[in-house]
Amino acid sequence: MGVIDMPAESQIQETGKPIVNDFAFMVATKNGSGSQTSNMALVRALFKMGIPVNGKNLFPSNIKGLPTWYTIRVSKDGYTARRATTEIAIAFNESTAAEDIASLPSGGVCILPQEWNWGHTREDITYYEVPVKDTVKAFDIPTERREQVSNMVYVGVVARLFDIPLELTREALVDQFGGKEKPVTMNYQVIEAAYNWAAENLVKSDRFHFAPMDKTKGKIIITGNEAAALGALFGGVTVVAWYPITPSTSLVDAIIENRHLRTDPDTGKDTVAIMQAEDEIAAAGAIVGAGWAGARAMTATSGPGLSLMAEFAGLAYFAEIPIVIWDVTRMGPSTGLPTRTSQGDILFAYFIGHGDTRQICLLPGSVEECFEFGWHAFDLAEQFQTPVIVLSDLDLGMNNWMAEPFTYPDRPLNRGKVLDKAALEKFIAEKGEWYRYRDYDKDGVGYRTLPGTDHPRAAYFTRGTGHDDRAVYSERSDDWVENMARLHRKFENARGHVPQPVVDYDPSRKIGLISYGSNDPAVCEARDRLAAEGIETNYLRIRALPTTQAVHDFVMNHERVYVIENNFDGQLCQVLRIEVPEDTTHMRSLALGDGLPMTPKWIYENVKRYEDK
Amino acid sequence: MAANRTIGKINALGLTREDYKGGKSTLCPGCGHDSISNQIISVAYDVGLKQENVIKLSGIGCSSKTPAYFLGRSHAFNAIHGRMPSVATGATLANHDLVAIGVSGDGDSGSIGFGQFKHLIRRNVPMVYIIENNGVYGLTKGQFSATADAGQVLKYYGRNELPPIDLALEAIIGGATFVARSFSGHAEQVRSLLKAALAHRGTAVIDIISPCVTFNNTPTSSKSYDYGKAHEIALHEIELIPEGFVPEREEINIQDYEEGQIIEVEMHDGSYIRLKKVGPDHDPRSRVQAMELLEKAGTEQLFLTGLLYYEEPRPTLGETLNLTDTPLAHLPEHKLRPSKEALDKLMQGLM
Ligand SMILES: Cc1ncc(C[n+]2csc(CCOP(=O)(O)OP(=O)(O)O)c2C)c(N)n1
Ligand code: SF4
Ligand SMILES: [Mg+2]
Repeated sequence: MGVIDMPAESQIQETGKPIVNDFAFMVATKNGSGSQTSNMALVRALFKMGIPVNGKNLFPSNIKGLPTWYTIRVSKDGYTARRATTEIAIAFNESTAAEDIASLPSGGVCILPQEWNWGHTREDITYYEVPVKDTVKAFDIPTERREQVSNMVYVGVVARLFDIPLELTREALVDQFGGKEKPVTMNYQVIEAAYNWAAENLVKSDRFHFAPMDKTKGKIIITGNEAAALGALFGGVTVVAWYPITPSTSLVDAIIENRHLRTDPDTGKDTVAIMQAEDEIAAAGAIVGAGWAGARAMTATSGPGLSLMAEFAGLAYFAEIPIVIWDVTRMGPSTGLPTRTSQGDILFAYFIGHGDTRQICLLPGSVEECFEFGWHAFDLAEQFQTPVIVLSDLDLGMNNWMAEPFTYPDRPLNRGKVLDKAALEKFIAEKGEWYRYRDYDKDGVGYRTLPGTDHPRAAYFTRGTGHDDRAVYSERSDDWVENMARLHRKFENARGHVPQPVVDYDPSRKIGLISYGSNDPAVCEARDRLAAEGIETNYLRIRALPTTQAVHDFVMNHERVYVIENNFDGQLCQVLRIEVPEDTTHMRSLALGDGLPMTPKWIYENVKRYEDK
Repeated sequence: MAANRTIGKINALGLTREDYKGGKSTLCPGCGHDSISNQIISVAYDVGLKQENVIKLSGIGCSSKTPAYFLGRSHAFNAIHGRMPSVATGATLANHDLVAIGVSGDGDSGSIGFGQFKHLIRRNVPMVYIIENNGVYGLTKGQFSATADAGQVLKYYGRNELPPIDLALEAIIGGATFVARSFSGHAEQVRSLLKAALAHRGTAVIDIISPCVTFNNTPTSSKSYDYGKAHEIALHEIELIPEGFVPEREEINIQDYEEGQIIEVEMHDGSYIRLKKVGPDHDPRSRVQAMELLEKAGTEQLFLTGLLYYEEPRPTLGETLNLTDTPLAHLPEHKLRPSKEALDKLMQGLM
């Protein structure tokens, strides 16, 4: 049993005191039964109580029927990482109930339907059995809605047993249904009935309680994919081409839902084109064509889709075309574990393309950063005339996170070096020439013109390899070597402009942790726990590739550096071995790709295991 | 050079034919593709096409190299094999003011890019889509393409047992609103079809049989010069009559033609295509007739050329998406970034 994930357990056994705002529960249901509405009602109600809360959907690749789990963690200290163990099980799926009950720690709680007549197989936990069918039967609910509404029973029971004000569950439903009266009433009446039934029939005999706090005031709750969509819309995206794939689909769904933000009030017409392509190759081709012609163009995909985009990603790199690709990563190939989270694409994404390519990758670690990188990615893509790949993941993208309200972009759009007719005329007047790939500023970035520029010398011929700096076809080695040298200059130049790492550093500490993306909450919590046991760590969270001097220094300035990531091969660690070639002794890979969001427990145990050696 | 030009030979934009040329071709001498490039140059010069508004797009293949050899003042994008349609789709979405000319091959559009070809047509991306169809993969040295004749024998690849794909028929099935077939040896027809295609709003597909003199020019091949010259059956004489050209229209002595021998196809902008019957009966305004005709051509091995199908254009992709009149690529910042108030309001809603 890990220490970090079980504070409640030890409290139960040792002190018997009430446990307030520091536990987790798991809702086990069948996929497609509509339990998501109930789970979100609980998350929102807890959020409204001011308690830091995080909900995670651990769902199967299936539309209906297979088991699915939703975990909700409340933490008075604001921790949001996934815990390996949950104290309370809402066992609403008969096929997994035995397993769900067995997973509970001693002193845990199980809520399950009365009609199953489930025997009390464990003496060290509390059972609450509730009449799900009878509660719902009392209401006139259309047959097709009945299964979904049944899940409201556990919302009412949880509210009663652990002290959530009934009114807040109602407010949560109002939020969720966008104020639509009918579904709110239909669901709320069941919550209320279950609540009242519990009040009359259940005797509280566990120690778990929710108590109001003020820690969510002024905060928002949102998924990473929705945040990314808003970021793109505020970043001036003009062409979105995509092909549906979990877990990226909800990103484009959110762009579509919020498209009104970009409906021109003067004409009622849209300033963003959204096209569902026939596959990811076409999606990539469309954004390459659009980026070339002057659009801010993006796609959203996941691993299998990124594979199909590989040829275009390489072309865009060499033809120097700005595009933005969101890769919301998941496990392995299509038939693998498509609904399970992973950070398994970072190596592939960084080098995607044939020939010598290294792509700018952004690594958001929070929903705030999903928003920020949502707009910033376009600035970088246009500034460096190159693809920018943003690597989010299923956990960050599809789960709801508390966050500070997003900050409005602090700078105007950076459209990069684009010469319109007047600027081109001036350029030619001053320099006597203009050539597309000539490195006039010695920063590796040439000046481009957009198709349609009304100037007889504006045109140039775009192709991948095989051109000189005048964009003229050339198979000469020296032309190509020169081009590669310039691309290298451009890439080195980009290091200073991509989002810099977030570093917590104290020279007295000898151990460093490096991680990225959605692992952040788990790393932060593990650090606190390690510190409590006297293992002080520094922490650097990488937010982009290529890396900077700061990463280099961080690696070299510690006795040991643990590179923590959610995959099997330690892919970021491999990238860092390339980025910091001098290092042969400091870095250790701590990598686990089990399809689940990283837990503090795992990080804590593994760092400790090495350090205790 | 300038001294060689015939004085007075300039078009409406004050440009010479020379001004419409591109770089020097690197294709095999006599390649059918070069003659198509020449017709593009002539047409652009004749109609006074503004090259700065044109984009040239292509995939990969000998055919796809040709945009480098015409309209040197137009932006061009030599993309990747079979994927020109998606690039064209994105580029025309970004800027619907651009006149897009795509050049592809039978391998590029009929095999690797077959899906993209069909989906571009389905979306009605406004562009002229030229297929330089030689029945082989030229650039990879002479493998069979999907348009090769059934039963044809090639030195290294043996006998082709598979039936050919008819790209014009595929275009019609896919929903193209302008579909033609031509022969690169029939320069005048290529030109008149190009003129009409440029005036069309929507996807205009022209499948041009364009002999590969190096790998597929034996007289028995239906994609050879000899075969084309001997067997081509043109359906009509084709002429694009620009909008407002009324007087000349009345000059035609309709009586000289029997009924049904002249078909005038009206276009969206008031201009029209005049077709004078010279071959078998065919009214290109009927989709069923066009499909029947191509079916017959396939089974009876007839090399029919001309305008095969024309329909009132459906809305283009950009129109379907209700996009602003100002091209997306030209929108100023205040149209691209919603206000701070809009963000604050959204944030309030998420609290
Ligand atoms: C992805 C990919 N696969 C294969 C090739 C190799 N390739 C180049 S051109 C070509 C065939 C071109 O044939 P076609 O489109 O008919 O053009 P042609 O040369 O006959 O004009 C092939 C297979 C490539 N460039 N890219
Ligand atoms: S190989 Fe064939 S298609 Fe290619 S340039 Fe030569 S003749 Fe033309
Ligand atoms: Mg070919």
